[in-house]
Order: sequence, then structure tokens, then C-alpha cells
Amino acid sequence: MRVVVEGVTKRYGEGTGPAVEALAGVDVTVEAEEFLALLGPSGCGKSTLLNMIAGLLRPTAGAIHFEGALPAGRPPTAMVFQEFALFPWRTVRGNVEFGLEEAGRPRAERARIVREMIDLIGLAGFEEKYPHQLSGGMRQRVGIARALAVDPAVLLMDEPFSALDAQTRQLMQEELVALWERTRKTIVYVTHNIQEAVYLADRVVVLSRRPGRVLDVVEVPLGRPRAEAVHGEPAFVRTVERIWALIKGQAREALQEAVR
Amino acid sequence: MTRIPAPDRARALERREHPWLRAAALLGLVAAWEAVTRTGWVPSLFLPSPLGVVASGVEMLASGELLGHVAASLGRIGLGFTLGALGGVAVGLAVGVSGLAEAVGSPLIAATFPVPKIALLPLLILWLGIGEASKVAVITLGVFFPMAINTYTGVRHADPLLVRAAVSFGAGRVSLVRKVLLPSALPMIFAGLKLGAGTALLLLVAAEMIAASSGIGFLVLHAQNLMETTRLMVGIVLLSVLGVGSHWLLARLERAAIPWKAGT
Repeated sequence: MRVVVEGVTKRYGEGTGPAVEALAGVDVTVEAEEFLALLGPSGCGKSTLLNMIAGLLRPTAGAIHFEGALPAGRPPTAMVFQEFALFPWRTVRGNVEFGLEEAGRPRAERARIVREMIDLIGLAGFEEKYPHQLSGGMRQRVGIARALAVDPAVLLMDEPFSALDAQTRQLMQEELVALWERTRKTIVYVTHNIQEAVYLADRVVVLSRRPGRVLDVVEVPLGRPRAEAVHGEPAFVRTVERIWALIKGQAREALQEAVR
Repeated sequence: MTRIPAPDRARALERREHPWLRAAALLGLVAAWEAVTRTGWVPSLFLPSPLGVVASGVEMLASGELLGHVAASLGRIGLGFTLGALGGVAVGLAVGVSGLAEAVGSPLIAATFPVPKIALLPLLILWLGIGEASKVAVITLGVFFPMAINTYTGVRHADPLLVRAAVSFGAGRVSLVRKVLLPSALPMIFAGLKLGAGTALLLLVAAEMIAASSGIGFLVLHAQNLMETTRLMVGIVLLSVLGVGSHWLLARLERAAIPWKAGT
């Protein structure tokens, strides 16, 4: 399914003092079966855009719609959160089942899907553990399994690995690449990490600082399947440098602002 | 070359536990109490000996007198506590979840909460009579407020990220309350139950001292009227057992109800 974002503007705090403009006239199209990265410096409104696609925020102006057939019982989107957002009172099984309950699936079907997801994401043996008993990487696996369980038309990922340590992040990226290459699910992936965006995505939408605007849409000239060794290829390095050149000035401005 | 040892600063971070001293302190207090009464410095009218209190307690237990008082008190506190807790959780949830209920309920609660509940007993007796209803009602009120306020606080402090996550999976109002807000509030609800249990015991004794012919509060006051200090002490020990017991029971319940908080 395609996602079409047309002229979306988001202003916060209108009417209650000085309004902050997070996004200004953003146009983005996510193609079906595409892995799209939204990249930008902190405070560029990339998470805001993701939340609007998820329907958790309303655009101030512009519109977002989906194009394609949506079978009954399948939600258009499901979200994977940066801080995992697992329910601490639910076990791994209960967390993975949550979205299916809300979608009103019958009990037997839920149990079957949960079992499949737990096997797919490598959580077997941890079904009855609570989130606080798991490592960060395992927690985010639960987050991914919970989102995939409802079989969304578009998977939304909000900096899903940025709370993990560097080694775990690397491993999780590889797993995600492998998973995507098998399932070809449409993914919108928010990150501020250029290497991550280039390694994972087919196209990288580069956003400017606040108010966020689309600076450029960069095609990643790397084939599939992608392995870790891609990081050393000249095409990878060139693409990373091209994106860095686009946002270096922006990032420096953001740094100065933080000091002020 | 001189060898400079790494500084040992760990002592400032240590805190010793002394587990045996805990039991010794308690036993020491009782032993000292017994010793004081044996020497005869303090007449037993003012301070009966611990062994005398135990003997008196056993005697009252055998005669069935004690059981009658305990049953009367437990009935009142059990009913009042249950009603107050259920009502408090229901109102706290409603006020925490709905903006409308908050607008109506929170000023009402803020206005009535500071009234010492025992001051309402005369009014409750006037309304409900001198029987069981007024005693149960004052306990209900005493438990209701900490429960309502704690539940409300627990709901309002639910992690907004978890609320967002639930909503992103299509959760509606009912699901949100049942699957996110209520479990989020559980630790605060149990804190409220412990607080309420203390208040309930206090109000129980007060109500039984003001107007009753049975119950532990009545036993304490009646014994004092008859200068039977040993029997008075039996009542006080019983109340302390009740307080400790209810706290222990609630802690057990809390561990069972909140398994995700119980260690790893």
C-alpha cells in the first residue's frame, strides 16, 4: 500500500502563546513494498510526521492518505517505538497479542499468530517473561513482533534501535534487513543516523531543521540482499557523504542552538 | 618509585544490616517491661506485666468473650473497608479518565477530603441510627478518600507513551481503562489500601468507643472504666496484631496482583 503525504504542515501550541512550526508543507510518497527512511537532525519533525501517518496527531494543514486495497481486519499502520513502549504488566506473549485483541480477532487465531510471530522474531522460550526481565534488544524484538502481529499495511518505526547499545543496534539492523527482504512490508523508518538510513532503506527522505521541509530524496544505489559488508562499498560511502553534506550545516546550527 | 595505594572510600558507602539486633530490640523491650513490673516500682494498675496480659488474653479467649469482640470489629471494618475501597477506586478511575467527571468531582473531593471523618460520626449517628450502619459508614468514608485520591493520581501518572502505544493499536476508551490505566494505577491503589487500612482501624476504635456495646474499642474503653488495666492492654495488643496483620495481608496481595514489580 502507498502512503501519500500532501502539503502537510504541523504547528504546535497555536493559541496558547508562540506557536512552534514543526513541519512546513511536506510532500512525501511511500511506495508499496518500499523501505523508506525519514532522516533529519533532532527537532526536524520526523517523529511528528510518523505520528501523523499513524493517526496519533492531526496535521494543521495538508492531508495524508493511503492508496491500495486493505483487507478487512488489517490496520493500515502499526508502530514500533523508540522507548519500546511495552506494557510492563503483560508478558512477552501478552504484549505481542495486544494489537490482535484490539483488532477483535478470535482467541484461537490470536494464539496461532502470536506463536508464529514469536518464532519469526526469535522470542521462543521467552513467552512468559515480563519486559523488565529482558535485555533492550529483546524488548525491541517484542515491540517489532507486536507491530507485525496485526499485519499492518505499513510498518512505522520511530528510531527503534537508538536506545540500544552499538553492538546490539548493528545486529538488530541486520535482522531487520533480512526480515524486510523476506516480507517486503512497506516500512517508514525514522532515524537521525545516516549510516543506518543508507544501510536499511531504498530511499532516504532528508528533512531540514525546524520547520521541517524536504531537502532532498536520495535513492540508495545498493542492491539486495544487503549484508553488513555493504558498509565498505564505495556506493555506500558516497551516499552517506552526499547526505551528510546536505545536513551538516543544519546539524551545526542545531548544536549552536542547544548551547544557547 | 613510591607506591600510592588506591584510596579506600567504600566505607562511606556501606550500611550494615544487623539482622539479629531487630529481634533482640523487641525482646529486650518486653523483658525490660516485665522486669519493671516485677520490681513493683510501677503499680500494676498503671502498667500490668506482659505475662499477666497474655494470661488474661488466654482466659478471655477461653471464655469466648474475646472472639465476640473481635468478630464484631472485623465485621464492621471488613464491610466498611470493602465498600470504601470499591467506591474509591470507581470514583478515582472516573475522575482520572473523564474530563467531565474531573470537573465535577475534583472540587467536591477537595472540599470534603480535609474534614476529619470522626467529626462526621455524630451526624452519621443522627442519620443512620446508633447501630452498625453509622460505624460502617464512617469507616467507608475514611477509606473512600485515600482510595479515590490515590487511584486518581495513579491514573493521571500513567505513562503517556503506553497510552499512545495502546491507541496506536486501536484501543478505545474501555480497553484503555482496563488494559493500561488500571494496571498503571495498581501500585498507587495498593498504597491507598495500606493507608486506608490504618485509617479504618483508627475510625473503628473511635466509633466503638463513642457508641457500641461490643468490639475491641468498646473492650478497651470499658476495661478502663472498670480499672481493669490488664484487659485494656489485651485490647491494645489485639489492635496492634490487627494492624500488623492487615498490612502483611495487603503486602502479600500486592505481590500477587503486581507480579511485574516483584523482583526479577
